[in-house]
Amino acid sequence: MTESAVHNSTVENQDVLLEASGVSLAFGSVQALRDVSLTVRAGEITALVGDNGAGKSTLVRCICGIHHPDEGSFVFDGRQVAFGTPQEARDAGIETVHQNLALVEDLTVWQNLFLNREIAHGFGPLALLDRKAMRTRAAAMVSELAVNVPAVTARVRRLSGGQRQAVAICRAAGFSSKLVIMDEPTAALGVQETARVEELITRLRDDGRAVLLISHNFDQVMRLADQVWVMRAGRCVAGRRVARTTGEEIVALITGAQTA
Amino acid sequence: MTPTTSPSQPGTRPGSRAPALGALLRDGGIWADWAAAVGLVVLVVVFQIANPTFLSSGNIRSMLVASAILVVLSVGQTFVVLTGGIDLSVASAMTFGAVLFGFGISHGWGIAGCGVLAVLGGALVGVVNGLLIGHGRITDFVVTLGSLSAASGLALVIADGKPVTVVSLPLLKLSTGGVGIIGWTVLVAAVVAVLAHLVLFRTRWGTHVFAAGGSPEAATATGISVPAIKIAVYTVCGVLAGLAAILLVARVGAAEPAANTSFLLNSVAAVVLGGVSLVGGRGSVLGPVLGALLLTALSNGLTLLGVSPFYQPVAVGTVVVLAALLTRFRK
Repeated sequence: MTESAVHNSTVENQDVLLEASGVSLAFGSVQALRDVSLTVRAGEITALVGDNGAGKSTLVRCICGIHHPDEGSFVFDGRQVAFGTPQEARDAGIETVHQNLALVEDLTVWQNLFLNREIAHGFGPLALLDRKAMRTRAAAMVSELAVNVPAVTARVRRLSGGQRQAVAICRAAGFSSKLVIMDEPTAALGVQETARVEELITRLRDDGRAVLLISHNFDQVMRLADQVWVMRAGRCVAGRRVARTTGEEIVALITGAQTA
Repeated sequence: MTPTTSPSQPGTRPGSRAPALGALLRDGGIWADWAAAVGLVVLVVVFQIANPTFLSSGNIRSMLVASAILVVLSVGQTFVVLTGGIDLSVASAMTFGAVLFGFGISHGWGIAGCGVLAVLGGALVGVVNGLLIGHGRITDFVVTLGSLSAASGLALVIADGKPVTVVSLPLLKLSTGGVGIIGWTVLVAAVVAVLAHLVLFRTRWGTHVFAAGGSPEAATATGISVPAIKIAVYTVCGVLAGLAAILLVARVGAAEPAANTSFLLNSVAAVVLGGVSLVGGRGSVLGPVLGALLLTALSNGLTLLGVSPFYQPVAVGTVVVLAALLTRFRK
């Protein structure tokens, strides 16, 4: 397709959507992040790789407002931000698909898609829900998923692993978010479902959004990502354009066999 | 592509399992969800055959009136259990409210003022429960066990251990009057149940209650404050306990610092019978209401048959454990 050609030609001009500079965070005597600086661009899939305990999840938790860094700063969409709560990050346009997906199993697909964003008449907590509008919009959101569409009135408990992942991604993508963070989105999935989820991730990029992908799967990173950042022992030790690196080099950077 | 074509998808996936077993399990789930309705029908049929006066309009009326207080308490308990908690102090909060009502009466307050005092008293117990559980992160079981003791103790202190006789025409009308076989107190309970249903299923906050109970992590991740929900549901439960206190004073004709233990057990029993999941996140309002009606019909029928009242707790206990057994077949 010409799509990828167009895509590559515009990459270099893309504005940086998220820039972390000098982010450090300690939990007691454990230094989880040391002086981490990296950038995430719009219209790109940025991979974050590293061994267990390298600080990937901690960094993500800082970006989406769960943890608050001791030092350093984030610039998001051109302005300095310091999110106090996940809700503030969400309001700013950062959606996170957590590893546990953050879906409520006993609620329906549409209720999960609109959780804490319900369409309602009136103000405050006792505003009356517009259930019909939510069901209709949810059906539209879900039908954009390519395959294996769950019914919006089905309870999440009844969905397969891939369908759940699709619902979680759909929720993250559906509300004009600028950055979608995904923590190991395919770790628990089979081959077919992984392929479908990867298709969704690619679609997010093609929509012009930034995707920050945490993955242990090097094939996946090399296949999907445009940029990869490597973390080791709480530091961001290297950044590479995927087009100009190899899986071997990334592994060497992760293990420390090669230094940046 | 279209959602309408896909409902078969989730169902067909685990098709490798024996369909007969799946159908059986599903049926088990339906039995658990409708345990209260089925049990109520069975009891009504059995008691009617054993004693034809059971379904006389007079007896239906008195059963409904007798169930009103329990319905109000069970609805309050439902809010709490939907978040995965339990309120063991609900009957004590009612006693506390009733004693405050008597305190108002003995200080020459009007009925309206005494009613407000009773509701505020119940709400106070609920707010304290909610703050300790939501912000203090103490187990709900322990907190409400403590407030069970504290509220009934305070009731004894305020009443000095003595009941206050309440002579009031409006209260007498509330407990004895009504439209046809529907007493006023029954109407109050019905309004409470309908409002609770609307709040839980038709408002944003109601959805958040289910989310906080079903998955606190998911609720937190989407920006819902689980502690705030906890505080709110315990407060709702306390307010309803205060409302039940007014109905209790009207029914008894006095404000007593009595323990009312059976109301606590029966409110939990009604919620379990009503198919509300004890781990939270799943349930209805209709179920616990039917559960409360079932428990009232059970003791009424046994009394009508001349069974010693000592057997009633045994019957209630058996029914509740049987209902809990049914919930094992759910999912």
